[in-house]
Amino acid sequence: MRKILLVGNPNVGKSVLFSRLTGVHATASNYPGTTISYTQGFLKLGEEKVEVIDVPGTYTLEPTSEAEEIALQMLDTGDIVIDVVNATNMERSLYLTLQLLEKGTPVIVALNLWDDTKHRGIDIDLDKLREFLGVPVIPTVAVSGEGIKDLVEHIPKATSPDAPVRTRDERWATIGSIIDQVQHIEHRHHTWLERLQDASVKPLPGGMIAVVVLICAFLVIRFIGESLIGYVLDPLFNNLWAPVVIWLSNLMGGSGFLHDIVVGTVAGGEVNFVESFGLLTSGLYVPFAMVLPYIISFYLVLGLLEDVGYLPRLAVLMDTVMHWLGLHGYAIIPTLLGLGCNVPAVLATRILESKRERFIASTLVAIAVPCAALQAMIFGLVGERGGQYVAIVYGTLFVVWVILGIILNHAVKGFSPELLIEIPPYRLPPWRIVLQKLWMRVYGFLAEAIPIILGAIVVINMLYSLRVFDAIASFTAPVVTGLLGLPKEAVTSLIIGFLRKDVALGMLAPLALTAKQLVVASVVLAMFFPCIATFVVLLRELGVVYLLKSAGVMILAALVTGGMLNLIL
Amino acid sequence: MPHRDLITLTRMQTGQSGQVAEIRGGFGMVDRLNALGIIPGKRITKISSMFARGPVAIEVDRGQVAIGYGMANKIIIQLDQIR
Ligand SMILES: Nc1nc2c(ncn2[C@@H]2O[C@H](COP(=O)(O)OP(=O)(O)O)[C@@H](O)[C@H]2O)c(=O)[nH]1
Ligand SMILES: [Mg+2]
Repeated sequence: MRKILLVGNPNVGKSVLFSRLTGVHATASNYPGTTISYTQGFLKLGEEKVEVIDVPGTYTLEPTSEAEEIALQMLDTGDIVIDVVNATNMERSLYLTLQLLEKGTPVIVALNLWDDTKHRGIDIDLDKLREFLGVPVIPTVAVSGEGIKDLVEHIPKATSPDAPVRTRDERWATIGSIIDQVQHIEHRHHTWLERLQDASVKPLPGGMIAVVVLICAFLVIRFIGESLIGYVLDPLFNNLWAPVVIWLSNLMGGSGFLHDIVVGTVAGGEVNFVESFGLLTSGLYVPFAMVLPYIISFYLVLGLLEDVGYLPRLAVLMDTVMHWLGLHGYAIIPTLLGLGCNVPAVLATRILESKRERFIASTLVAIAVPCAALQAMIFGLVGERGGQYVAIVYGTLFVVWVILGIILNHAVKGFSPELLIEIPPYRLPPWRIVLQKLWMRVYGFLAEAIPIILGAIVVINMLYSLRVFDAIASFTAPVVTGLLGLPKEAVTSLIIGFLRKDVALGMLAPLALTAKQLVVASVVLAMFFPCIATFVVLLRELGVVYLLKSAGVMILAALVTGGMLNLIL
Repeated sequence: MPHRDLITLTRMQTGQSGQVAEIRGGFGMVDRLNALGIIPGKRITKISSMFARGPVAIEVDRGQVAIGYGMANKIIIQLDQIR
């Protein structure tokens, strides 16, 4: 089967174009570097079925990073290249185009972001550009689909114009003369969006904007999450589902091993969805009514921030702070992703240049950045006791993140490279794109979490009835009770935390902990060990040796922090 | 051109424009900057710099690029006007 490669600079719309061509949804974000592992799909060209690959963004075929290395390797396997060029910044895109033309693979140029040229007063003479490049040039607007049909029709006309191999200087000179003759720019006044753009990377206004953005993000996440729980999911479970559960419980005789696995403990005709620990009670209530609402609200807000293009600006503002932690500003992106789920966060550390940075960043994420599932439970269970306790949990994790980062920065050999990123313009993302991405992420959560949550519930019930937990509890009592001040049964939660942190925190609910104990337990649970999914990607990304180091740091940090909280509070 | 017009990117003032005169760095650094269109002769405008040796943001080819302090310190700019 013939292979078509989508090649271009980061953030020029390759992923959106890809999903237009193939119907497969690749994640699109308004910051460079998200497509590090590639996505593939298929396209019908008349009778022929061809493979389409979304290649990681690259500026040049003289690779300067791992992603560009991958892009270069993939290029040799392609039959046709669709070179996605940023119509609003041809100067930067054409360098890669010239290199592609030199390679001899047939090329067709998609001049994307065509809609943006009009706003920006950019006029491009398409015929002249075609003449210069010697290949088809099709203007496209990936987000609206404009020009896509044209592009597909022209794919068979992709040609290899036998361009001479040029030196670097010659390429830049060629670009200069192409731009001079093809592009005309009308000077306009800055739009308010552009002014906001500049302001948000200046120290003072930028700092204020960041604070406002983050506070708003938090409030919106809270509001949407709570509303979904309070007005939709709780009523559904309490009014519709609870009677079904009671009926089933009666049908199954009200007790017994199987009854407990399926329905859990139902006391006095009342269902406690959090504490009963049956497949049909906690097994559904925890993922759907406690966690899902926050997954939806978190990823909606994160997706908006991504697609508007705010995150690279946050990276610039945070650069100095991140250097204390042995990282540079761009590491704020995996960190924020970690607030959703640690798995994609660890994967996203690949945007950092060195192994050292990746080790520090992923260790910090695994320890001090609680995922949305865990946070939802913290809000649900700790929040019940008062907002100040939630604040203590978050405050502690933040302090741990900073202190541990500083320690790791000094302890791990090497240095932190410098920040060097393109700051994309602010764009108002179409809702379709935002919602599509949200759906992909929510679906991803459901597909991954539900089986593990249900599995965890079965395991918990079995371990209880086999009295395994009792044995472990007595064994670990010195640490759990002595050091952390928790009842010895709390260890069950820490163990289950290896499967799912949300379920694990739910297991603390029946233990009647004091608010202080709940705080200690939440912090330790968050830090102690990553869930199995995160563990697996850490292993894959870091290798065994670094994973063991990372795990050692986690256990130590969790015990020290938990012990200190127990003493202080 | 008189020598005093040359200045590092970090010492340039916000809002000032100039041309990249020289990049005093190793090949790796020069390559990465070139990839973003920062090559000798290119016109740039400084948009901002963060305090405490934070990154510098510049406008180049109508796009914006943020450059870490250490790297920005090795980029020499020829200022537009003699100040
Ligand atoms: N206005 C406009 N925005 C676009 C267009 N194509 C992509 N985008 C937006 O540009 C951003 C980057 O797109 P993406 O596909 O992730 O770029 P990639 O890094 O090349 O894969 C996203 O926020 C898209 O919604 C376009 O043709 N017009
Ligand atoms: Mg992409």
